[in-house]
Amino acid sequence: MTPKRKRLWLLVGSLGVLCVAAALVLTALKDNIVFFYSPSRLAEKHVTAGHRFRIGGLVENGSVHKEGSEARFRVTDLKRSIEVVYRGILPDLFREGQGVIAEGTLSADGAFTAREVLAKHDEKYMPPEVAKALKESGRWQEGSGKK
Amino acid sequence: MIPELGQYALILALAVAIVQGSLPFVGAARGDIRLMALGRSAALIQAFLVIGAFLALAQAYVTSDFSVANVVANSHSAKPLIYKISGVWGNHEGSMLLWALILALFGAAVALFGSNLPDSLRARVLGVQALIGVGFLAFILFTSNPFERVSPAPPDGNGLNPLLQDPGLAFHPPMLYLGYVGFSVTYAFAIAALLEGRVDAAWARWVRPWTLAAWCFLTCGIALGSWWSYYILGWGGFWFWDPVENASLMPWLAGTALLHSAIVVEKRDALKSWTVLLAILTFSLSLLGTFLVRSGVLTSVHAFATDPARGIFILVFLLLVTGGGLALYAWQAPKLAGGGLFQPISREGALILNNLLLCTLAATVLLGTLYPLFLDLITGAKVSVGPPFFNATFVPIAMALFAALCVGPFLNWKRAELWPALVRLRAAFAVSVIAAIVASVVVDGRATLAAITFGFGVWLITGSLTEFVGRARRRRLSAMPRSTIGMSISHTALGFVVLGAAATAAWNHELIRTMKIGDTAEFADLGVKLASVVPLQGPNYVAERASITITKNGKFFTTLTPERRLFTVQQRQLAETSIHTNLLLDIYGTLGEGDADKGWTIRLYWNPLAPWIWLGAGLCAFGGFVSLSDRRLRIGAPRRSRPLAQAAE
Repeated sequence: MTPKRKRLWLLVGSLGVLCVAAALVLTALKDNIVFFYSPSRLAEKHVTAGHRFRIGGLVENGSVHKEGSEARFRVTDLKRSIEVVYRGILPDLFREGQGVIAEGTLSADGAFTAREVLAKHDEKYMPPEVAKALKESGRWQEGSGKK
Repeated sequence: MIPELGQYALILALAVAIVQGSLPFVGAARGDIRLMALGRSAALIQAFLVIGAFLALAQAYVTSDFSVANVVANSHSAKPLIYKISGVWGNHEGSMLLWALILALFGAAVALFGSNLPDSLRARVLGVQALIGVGFLAFILFTSNPFERVSPAPPDGNGLNPLLQDPGLAFHPPMLYLGYVGFSVTYAFAIAALLEGRVDAAWARWVRPWTLAAWCFLTCGIALGSWWSYYILGWGGFWFWDPVENASLMPWLAGTALLHSAIVVEKRDALKSWTVLLAILTFSLSLLGTFLVRSGVLTSVHAFATDPARGIFILVFLLLVTGGGLALYAWQAPKLAGGGLFQPISREGALILNNLLLCTLAATVLLGTLYPLFLDLITGAKVSVGPPFFNATFVPIAMALFAALCVGPFLNWKRAELWPALVRLRAAFAVSVIAAIVASVVVDGRATLAAITFGFGVWLITGSLTEFVGRARRRRLSAMPRSTIGMSISHTALGFVVLGAAATAAWNHELIRTMKIGDTAEFADLGVKLASVVPLQGPNYVAERASITITKNGKFFTTLTPERRLFTVQQRQLAETSIHTNLLLDIYGTLGEGDADKGWTIRLYWNPLAPWIWLGAGLCAFGGFVSLSDRRLRIGAPRRSRPLAQAAE
């Protein structure tokens, strides 16, 4: 086989693999992106029940109620807040007044049913989305996300 | 006093690195033996200085010297000694110092064990290593000085993040860094080869042990990290497709591709330019990983407090390393003319397919990891790309890789026949198909994808063993090269990882229940009873320990003792999981909050084959070490044919 034909083979092979990969990536991106909304943005947007997305903000003070293995709390960007229901063990760093991100769906009664509540390894850490949500609602204080 | 000595040592190390990163290049260009030899002694002095700085910081931690800001922020006098030591790298400043230390140690290792390298190549490799070192030492000294003092010194420290007070995590960062930084040697070899304008079999043989060692350590590091998140986060999962996890997976994928393409350079003198490019990309991905973890641009469950200024420094450094490397590549690569010709169906062809698929996998992970960042920059929308994306893209491509993996070793170099190889694999194929069908019908009819993945796991094991047995028939085991044995071990081990991952992901059972003392529950085929919850006093925490009795068919099976710890210094709670394993099955329990009146939240997992994930990963790395012990890599490295190389010897 000549080097030229070898290169052609290689090129065809690589392009084939890349096309398959690109097709996979595009379909997967279309179906599996999870959008993030702050409580204020969520109020403006009409998200259909059952659509999976993330919300984030601060856990409202005094809003956490635990009943058996079910926890209810409110997530706020200090402008608006939303009720969150979560079944399961909350992460160790979950606390009132701390930044939190929850992933799940909106149920028919307007509450957010979380499938996952994201834990952080470090209490000084503020998720970038939460920081942005607080900035958008105008309640962000410089340095409050840092130590 | 000692912290200041540490800082002076770092400054001196930076000065030495600057010398080491400049004069040996001049020497190599002019053929000046003395300037070239300078690189060697400079590398040793630099390593000595950075070791000194590291020991100075370790001393501050071990003696709890609270006049050092870093110790105050991350240590406490009541902490057990092992976590005082691991606390040295359990924070940003210290972990960067660990990075610089490992870099300097690799540099010294090249200087010490590189006596079979031509002088000019060695000088250039050490020069490139030193330039990377300059970047990291400057980063430490200017943005993240671990030796900064506080005055007046507080009476005690804030303590280490409780999540990090764990034996698994004590060794995870050093292992991971040995991998990341190990690829810097490969990068240095690639740049040096581009500067010299030649890559040959000898070069590939010199590079191989470094790549292999880095790859083994990275494998161990990723496995330790995954194991740690499995038992400490209490979610029962082993991989979350989190940006920080992906950051370590990308260099591993590229490094695995590099490991294979370097074989083609060594044996057949082909794929040279591609291998050099891969070496540059692998180290770039290692740096990108560091940037993603350290800058906090992405939301991650593993993220730590970050500082944007540091992120920008690493980003600039990343651009210099990648951009510089690629520019040099674009300029010099046309000189690296390809050697041996081969047919598409051949060992070379199989290894190209391996590289193609591994690089596609790395690209998919890269895209999924960075996509939220791009979208945020372009449209301002905040999105996250989670496990469903990676399951839909990574898994099918990985399956193609697994399918081809068993066939490749049967093919001859240059030209081969596909059919005879497939015929020899027919038994392995039949077993795998049966395994997949059994898995889907008997265990659970719904999880078809998991059953197919399970079949691929069996295929990897049976296929690799078929190849090994066929080889062992023709040749005594003792006469077989260690690199071949290592390959068989690693390929088989990959099968175990796949089996463990497929089984755990698809067939696990979960139970979340609020239980009072004496309550019972049914779980999978087990009976569960909360026997007691007692208070407990640890060295730097107080805890509640539950005692959960598990019965099987009415008979006692095991007792799980998960704890809920409250670290008194930080006032932080941490659930300590309890795992019963018999190497085929993990029964995994965590204790949530609660009290005697309302009951405690208990979470249990039934994870079949979960231990295989880490045992397999460990075996995979072991295979790498076996291959590393191949005598071909230690002695008899081929000499270069050109007079230049002979003069250098």
